[in-house]
Amino acid sequence: MLLIKNGLVVDPSQNICEKVDILIKNGRVTELAENIEAHSDMQVLDLAEKVVAPGFIDMHVHLREPGFEHKETILTGCKAALRGGFTGIACMPNTRPVADNEGVIELILARARKYGLADVYPIASITKGQEGKELSEFAILKECGAIAFSDDGHTVRNTGVMRRALDYAKMLDALLISHCEDEDLVGSGVMHEGLVSTQLGLAGIPSQAEEIIIDRDIRLAELTKSRIHIAHVSTKEGVEIIRAAKKRGVKVTAEVTPHHFSLTHEAVKGYNTNTKVNPPLRTQEDVNALIYGLQDGTIDCIATDHAPHAREEKEVEYDYAPFGISGLETAVPLAWQNLYLAGHLSLMQLVNALSTAPAKILGIDRGTLKVGKVADITVIDPELTQVVDTGKFASLGKNSPFNGWKLTGWPIMTIKEGKILMKMGDLIV
Amino acid sequence: MGIKSKDLISLADLSVEEMKEVFMNAKSMKDIISRDIKKVPTLRGKVVVNLFYENSTRTRSSFELAGKYMGADVINISASSSSVAKGENLRDTAKTLERMGADIVIMRHPVSGSHHILAQALQARVINAGDGTHEHPTQALLDIFTMMEHLGSVEGKKIAIIGDILHSRVARSNIIGLNALGAEVWVCGPPTLIPSQVEKLGVKVTWDMEKALEAADVVMMLRIQLERQSKGLFPSTREYAKLYGLNERKLKLAKDNALVMHPGPMNRGIEITAEVAEGLLSVIEEQVTNGVAIRMALLYAMGGGKGNVVD
Repeated sequence: MLLIKNGLVVDPSQNICEKVDILIKNGRVTELAENIEAHSDMQVLDLAEKVVAPGFIDMHVHLREPGFEHKETILTGCKAALRGGFTGIACMPNTRPVADNEGVIELILARARKYGLADVYPIASITKGQEGKELSEFAILKECGAIAFSDDGHTVRNTGVMRRALDYAKMLDALLISHCEDEDLVGSGVMHEGLVSTQLGLAGIPSQAEEIIIDRDIRLAELTKSRIHIAHVSTKEGVEIIRAAKKRGVKVTAEVTPHHFSLTHEAVKGYNTNTKVNPPLRTQEDVNALIYGLQDGTIDCIATDHAPHAREEKEVEYDYAPFGISGLETAVPLAWQNLYLAGHLSLMQLVNALSTAPAKILGIDRGTLKVGKVADITVIDPELTQVVDTGKFASLGKNSPFNGWKLTGWPIMTIKEGKILMKMGDLIV
Repeated sequence: MGIKSKDLISLADLSVEEMKEVFMNAKSMKDIISRDIKKVPTLRGKVVVNLFYENSTRTRSSFELAGKYMGADVINISASSSSVAKGENLRDTAKTLERMGADIVIMRHPVSGSHHILAQALQARVINAGDGTHEHPTQALLDIFTMMEHLGSVEGKKIAIIGDILHSRVARSNIIGLNALGAEVWVCGPPTLIPSQVEKLGVKVTWDMEKALEAADVVMMLRIQLERQSKGLFPSTREYAKLYGLNERKLKLAKDNALVMHPGPMNRGIEITAEVAEGLLSVIEEQVTNGVAIRMALLYAMGGGKGNVVD
């Protein structure tokens, strides 16, 4: 039995934000009360001055295995998740082969289970081979464990195919996650189109390339009465479109990444390829709109779009580098500092965006510390200030633009089914 | 004096004073070029590497001759015939050259910002001979030097840069240099070839070539790459030439003694007619000579590895 004492428990699922103790038995929460008395058969954790939250869920991660194990593996990705304070991660299907068949889904699930670190929820592709042509076998894939469907990395270009995907998903109540990018409009763009792209002489990606598809897919969700989740919203107008759709009653949810609310296109100056990400880093006006979207609930959750790449792949000319940021191990302090400490979100809103909301979108029985539920817990030290050191990342992807940043509010403990698997950045396995 | 910045990647790396010093020295370098024996020992024992990842006749030979006139040992490496073709990355190639003793590495590269990789990896000084659609600082220096030789100063002068501004590294560097020296810079081209928010760089923007030409002191035509047409940026070279080609009739809108410039190589009959290119107002051939002089002056100012950086 594990007794967590004196922590500030923040659980949006029960509307709790107070100092209560948590008793855990057989991996589940058995009691939640003020001042639970310790017994000799209990391991007692005194978490005074710490924030205790239901385990964080990252619904947008690239684990790269199978196929790109030089970038990341299921094992290193799970370790990175635990170091970052995440007990559950949903992984995107752009592996090799693509996760469009039972074999890949089962491989991911089996390996993740064998390691017994973070929960891994594989996302299958919407179309076979992510080619945007024929639908994947939604029913069979869902049955074998696919948590959602996405062609992430690409938009389903053909509007007719996307419409059929949304229609077909409805009978399974399956979630479709849309990566919104008009690839013809993006062309050879590598960063946000604006003054900075002009100064740097880099090809630009206009905000409209994202907004056009957000709008299209929301209208298709409206047409089909299906649900849709918009991945990594990055623009002001994108937030507006989602806000208006929610008002009309469209079943749309959305996520934002830590890099999109922490950085602007100014970060690209100096041509650091770790700032090359898709969608690109936008303007301060967009950042403000994204934060406002989190405040008013237009944007439901925070997801990292953890996209690890090997060093040699990123240490090249800007145009040649792949898109992506390794995000699992910096997400929590970035959110803590830039959203909570900056006064934009309450503690409850922050934990909701990192845990309760993504669990609800994915339809998993997590994101809560209610009695009887699995005891997945993330502990944050609000006082801890330290410098990001990518050399210490568990992820194989060291491609972070935040290396060297001093951040406050780090996850210091990750508890999975009542077992402490990470403490002060060290994995206990 | 010398140049404070280790590398010359953007023209913004030079202060106005440094630019002016380069211009002053370039005058003396021009004398050397006109001599019978075009060689001074200033850079004897120094190694200059021309690393070219893109084809170039003008810039490469200009740097090569500049280095040789100054007495340096110059070698040329082109991407097609080197280890690059075997897949070596840029940093490794640069490191290799440095270990062989390069003091100055001059690079042209098709990707914007590539020089930052070199600048960070090398002790040797790096000079940008054109990076993607970013900058071409030595071209701007020779352009401005040419203008100053004729106009005295560029301050308050109307400089019209006409053509494919979007993809032009020449335009970007000229905008920086000319703004720093107080010129009034206009850029002109079809909207498809004007970069986003370019007006925020402190230039006037027009799609109307006549407006750009009106009372201009300098008309700088840019090369239009013909493959832009197939990418849908303009419908045909015929229409491009009609709207943005410089001919004698349009040139009359500029000041009587306006200068006509072009960084070369020219598409005669498209962005500029042969009559204008060879006309009385054209300084296009002078630009070439001045290019060598400017590069000599730069190599002189930067000619000794990091040890020569003035603190």
